[in-house]
Amino acid sequence: MELNLLALCYLFGSISFIVGLKMLSNPASARKGNLFAAAGMTIAILGTIFLYQEHGMKLGNYGWIFGGLLLGSIVGTLMAKRVQMTSMPEMVSLFNGMGGACAALISIIEFRHLVKGNPNQAISAVGSFSGLDQTTLLIILLGLIIGAVSFAGSMIAWGKLNGKIKDFSFKGQHIANLLLFAITILMAADIVIARPEASPLFFYLIIFFSILYGVFFVLPIGGADMPVVISLLNSFTGVAAACGGFLYSNKVMLTGGILVGAAGTLLTILMCKAMNRSLKNVLIGSFGASASSAQVRAAMVGSYKEISLSDAAVVMGYANKVMIVPGYGLAVAQAQHVCHELEKTLEARGVEVKYAIHPVAGRMPGHMNVLLAEADVSYEKLLEMEIANEEFKSADVVLILGANDVVNPAAKSDPASPIYGMPILEVEEAKHVIVNKRSMKPGYAGIENQLFFQPKTSMLFGDAKKALQDLLAEIRNI
Amino acid sequence: MDQLLSWISAHQEMIYIVVLMIFVGIEVIGRVPSVLHTPLMSGANAIHGVVIIGAIIVMGKAEEGNIIALILGFLAVVLGTLNVVGGFVVTDRMLEMFKKKK
Repeated sequence: MELNLLALCYLFGSISFIVGLKMLSNPASARKGNLFAAAGMTIAILGTIFLYQEHGMKLGNYGWIFGGLLLGSIVGTLMAKRVQMTSMPEMVSLFNGMGGACAALISIIEFRHLVKGNPNQAISAVGSFSGLDQTTLLIILLGLIIGAVSFAGSMIAWGKLNGKIKDFSFKGQHIANLLLFAITILMAADIVIARPEASPLFFYLIIFFSILYGVFFVLPIGGADMPVVISLLNSFTGVAAACGGFLYSNKVMLTGGILVGAAGTLLTILMCKAMNRSLKNVLIGSFGASASSAQVRAAMVGSYKEISLSDAAVVMGYANKVMIVPGYGLAVAQAQHVCHELEKTLEARGVEVKYAIHPVAGRMPGHMNVLLAEADVSYEKLLEMEIANEEFKSADVVLILGANDVVNPAAKSDPASPIYGMPILEVEEAKHVIVNKRSMKPGYAGIENQLFFQPKTSMLFGDAKKALQDLLAEIRNI
Repeated sequence: MDQLLSWISAHQEMIYIVVLMIFVGIEVIGRVPSVLHTPLMSGANAIHGVVIIGAIIVMGKAEEGNIIALILGFLAVVLGTLNVVGGFVVTDRMLEMFKKKK
């Protein structure tokens, strides 16, 4: 009876994940979808605690389990509630790492259990395992490796996004990485197939190497590519969770894990497509190398011109149509609310205002949408890239707020540029371009932007929030 | 060959789930507008927190005296919970903002 009830719990959990993800794909139902998936998860967890049994034995250690759940819930809720909208990508990466670590820990405990269960022969004696046990070992090792790589990689991605860790690479790093990976896989294969005397030692070495691999895997990847990496690691953790599902013949873990694994992989590919790069290119071709040549060339381009606040206010206040291109600078300055104010003020003057959203603006796909939605900017005003590129032609002013690489014309014109081929927002189509930046420093990809040196471009230096506030005051005055 | 075949037939239920879920996952994501990519990534992140169930099982099975297993299991439960709870709460916070449309 209880096991049947548990099966029902798991069935509901699995369905809620699928339906939840589907509802998440529509703005109107997204929030309900998330809650629905959360409800399914809660039921699956409660069912496991109270109904699960193995060989007729129910689970024990309730004190530990509830203690852990309570601690995790309190800390998790606090972290999630306190985090600023701008730091969202880091947060997702951090939580993803937690999931990976959890999967790796499960594997470690299960392996210790296997070794301990048969102290004399389990690992050393070949043939003392049935075929099924070989599968178990394989799954345990797979869960461990994927989980550990995902954990270490996510931590590095987290550190990079909040600026604690800088890009780092050395000559031959890709080869070293491949070697590290090969050794890890070979040791794992050795444990599964031959089960040498030293299996436990190998096992702990595998933990170490997997973490090391995760670190080296993410370290050299440029900051601009971090969203792609987080999405990839997200799907890794999904697969690691699915390994747990295999291990315990647990359908809800398998469903949830594979679902996320597949969806995450597709999302990763979609994101790469948005940047017109292949996944291989993101993972292997790090930016640094070719950036220097582009910088040298751009340095010769010449001078840029600044625009005063009052001039900018007049240009925008008397325009027919203004397009705003938000970027990470807007997020850092927390300027989304002022930006919305500006939009309303301009509209009150009869100026048409639209936002042009590049799919990879910010640090995550959709980052800008989330940010602007926070400031109550209506959904219909956010134009996707293709539509925005049409609209630029009829725009009088384009106001670029802390965006750089996504409007860099080098992506279209300069085959030597590291971002060559990435679709960009074609802001030069507009009559006038005003760029708000803190300084002339190159953007996240570390390359110069020729747009800033073009005759129709003028620069408005300063922190996005401060600049917008001043601009707003000026516009109200005219 | 025989071994492989018998392995497949022994695990066929699992293999069915894996194959079908791959298609479902791709199908579900394929229709998402890019505006929702961040919440979606976050939501998917929360869903793979289902690994917490494995942590609970491991924790519940640990013998009283096995301190290392208890500690590692406890750690796994805490981390898994962080993933689940944090993931869902963050996603909800993001989506809360989409609700207020004019």
